[in-house]
Amino acid sequence: MKRRELLFRAVAVVTAVVANRTTHGEEEGLLPKTTRRDGVRKVLTQGQEEILKAVFDRLIPGDELGPSASGAGCLDFLDDQLAGGYGEGSTIYRDGPVQPHEEQMLQKAQFISTPRERYYFGLKALEAYSLKTDGASFADLQSDRQDEILRGMETGKIELGEDVNTKGFFELMLTNAREGYFADPCYGGNKDMAGWKMIGFPGARYDYRAYTERTGQELNLVNVSLILKG
Amino acid sequence: MARNTKADVVVVGLGWAGSLIAAQLSHGGMRVVAIDRGPRIDPQTDTPLTVDPDELRWSSRKELLAKPRDNTLTMRNTLDQIAVPQRELGILELGGGAGGQGFHWAGMAWRFTPWDFQVRTETIKRYGMPRAEDGELQLQDWGLTYDDLEPDYDGWERIAGIAGKAGNLRGKVTNEGNPFEAPRSRDYPTPKLKTLRMMEIFNKATSELGLNPFTIPAANVSEAYANPLGAHLAPCTYCGFCQYHGCGNYSKSTPQTCVFPYLQKEPNFKVISKACVTRVNKAADGRTATGVTYINESGKEIEQPGDIVCLTASQMDNVRLLLVSGIGKPYDPLSSEGVVGRNFSYQTVSGADLWFEGDKINPFIGAGGLGSQIDNYNGDNFDHSSLDFIGGAGILTLSRGGAPIAKTNNLPPGTPRWGSGFKKAYSKYYQNHGVLFNQGTSMPTKHGYIDLDPTYTDRFGIPLPRLTYTYSRNDRAMAKFTKERAVEIGHQMGASHVAPFDFAQKPFTTAIGASNHTIGGAVMGADRSTSAVNSYLQAWDCPNTFVIGASAFPNNAGYNPTGTVGALALRAARAILEKYVRHPGELIED
Repeated sequence: MKRRELLFRAVAVVTAVVANRTTHGEEEGLLPKTTRRDGVRKVLTQGQEEILKAVFDRLIPGDELGPSASGAGCLDFLDDQLAGGYGEGSTIYRDGPVQPHEEQMLQKAQFISTPRERYYFGLKALEAYSLKTDGASFADLQSDRQDEILRGMETGKIELGEDVNTKGFFELMLTNAREGYFADPCYGGNKDMAGWKMIGFPGARYDYRAYTERTGQELNLVNVSLILKG
Repeated sequence: MARNTKADVVVVGLGWAGSLIAAQLSHGGMRVVAIDRGPRIDPQTDTPLTVDPDELRWSSRKELLAKPRDNTLTMRNTLDQIAVPQRELGILELGGGAGGQGFHWAGMAWRFTPWDFQVRTETIKRYGMPRAEDGELQLQDWGLTYDDLEPDYDGWERIAGIAGKAGNLRGKVTNEGNPFEAPRSRDYPTPKLKTLRMMEIFNKATSELGLNPFTIPAANVSEAYANPLGAHLAPCTYCGFCQYHGCGNYSKSTPQTCVFPYLQKEPNFKVISKACVTRVNKAADGRTATGVTYINESGKEIEQPGDIVCLTASQMDNVRLLLVSGIGKPYDPLSSEGVVGRNFSYQTVSGADLWFEGDKINPFIGAGGLGSQIDNYNGDNFDHSSLDFIGGAGILTLSRGGAPIAKTNNLPPGTPRWGSGFKKAYSKYYQNHGVLFNQGTSMPTKHGYIDLDPTYTDRFGIPLPRLTYTYSRNDRAMAKFTKERAVEIGHQMGASHVAPFDFAQKPFTTAIGASNHTIGGAVMGADRSTSAVNSYLQAWDCPNTFVIGASAFPNNAGYNPTGTVGALALRAARAILEKYVRHPGELIED
């Protein structure tokens, strides 16, 4: 299939899903690539996704304030991010030697593994931990118990094993869940701009000059995304 | 090795400093070749209005920045430690394209105070020698005064179209701007920006405390503006996507918006992009640069000869190129001898996060350089006689933008970071968070310096720069003092939660960005035994090489550096055109 045809197909998929205008097409590389929302995964396996859905929906559960992380599309977001340059760790300086005191000196963990690799090993270790301590998959645990394990990872009380920087893995998942929930909907999360509506962020607006004098007021602005109007 | 046609001037790095030098020298009739490791990027083509308001892409993934894979450093706090590489983005936020950091910067556009240029002399005069020489600090003057630089500050502000209001016009304090600023010959070229909600609260509280709030001068133009180079800028729309973003609206002053339109029409100018300069070449006499060597996009090594070399790369890259090329004696931290790598300084930051109840800050309305500040505790604007430090900080609040991903971290201490508790808190406090940021002075120390790392290299096999640094006792005391002032202001502002922070309490790290203002390493001065360049930014040991940028600052002020970089670049350009060309190859005499 020719490249143009492929592009055309991509546009068709996007249009069908967002049912709105899109400016995709010729200028590939300039406009953000819209994430597919059809559940077809490029990176995550079904098993990984089940665990991740459980984790993400404890990090951002569905409640009266808005949908859960997975309900807002954060797994679509994550799969797409892991499939691209971010997942490949394309910006990381990976030369050795890796010094044992890197984290101590920099006061922040440094990784030469890519985010994609960290999810692979992290989820594997989390599942092994869950099976060992509770005899069940993490996804099948009671939500209170899931919270307990996540809190243990967050605070350093739980170590998932030598292959994994447990605290770092928790922070990676939290960061990505939040990104998915609050990034522009074109990246697959923040469905219907639910994250933005929850906090009162109007989105990708160009011009606030009409509002600069109205300090301290509720402005009731309609939310706008890069490609969607809501 | 392939060899290009010889140029009059080779400019290494096309950020603010490089593009200003290139514009002035090519306008003056010199044939200029600029070499930049990044691709050419353009505000309207690469960051148009339909693409720019995208926090994930530009602020979170930082797609406009140079990648640590290609440009990083190693660091340690003390001489006895083994330095480690910075693997992910930290304090080095270099530009990924031609235009440098000037493309993605926020836009705070300051002048330094007269005191900042003469910290050593003024400290001895006002507080005595023991304060200046405490055994740790290494203070030295810049070899010029504020008055020497004033015409070039003015020149840069005209080119960039800075929005602001004069606080001191030719010696007369106006009561509308910063009453502590030094005399300026003219007002800012465009009026100050609007006062937004967080600034309003700050202005009221600081006035009640007897302090003097003013609007920060910003490179976000407030009205349509045509600059002396014939470039046109459009009024800022307060979209709030500025720092780390481009500006397709032509409202943020960048090399692309302010200088490139001129360069594109200049027949004496040529740019080689996607080409990384790896060294400055020297003649057999050891004191004359013959040009530079670079590696182009396809990995080919090419020589670019030139009569004058201007190093206008980032602060860290300027120093590294000098070290790699053997220009100037490397600094020895044990003897304090040598000049290249000397006097690294940073930006000492403390402050407080604030949360209010039931306000509508509307943080999404903003501009990169927009905020209010007080300078009552900056520099030497207050009496330090009974204090145990010198220096201070501009205490500012920001109306910069509403970044909903980044602000997930801005919740009151003790708030759940996830779960329904997080959602509840964020729903409430997104509209109610503000920050007081103390942008503090940073004084050089005997042991704070840059050399070449013995282990780690870049993709071309060239050693990474190694930074050895931690906060001095003086700067820690300053940060604590200004932190306490921020807490007082925060309470006066009526915040329900005031959470102070102080980066200087812990050892310095390059991984956690208190600021991206790295300073020094090729500092200017009147004494060639303690400086790498003279007051015209000319290398003492290689007179046809000029080293321009924040690498030349012997200490850092409580302000952002770009305005001073721009002024120093124009000063160097004037010196080359008016003085150097009459006696090429010689040191410029006053």
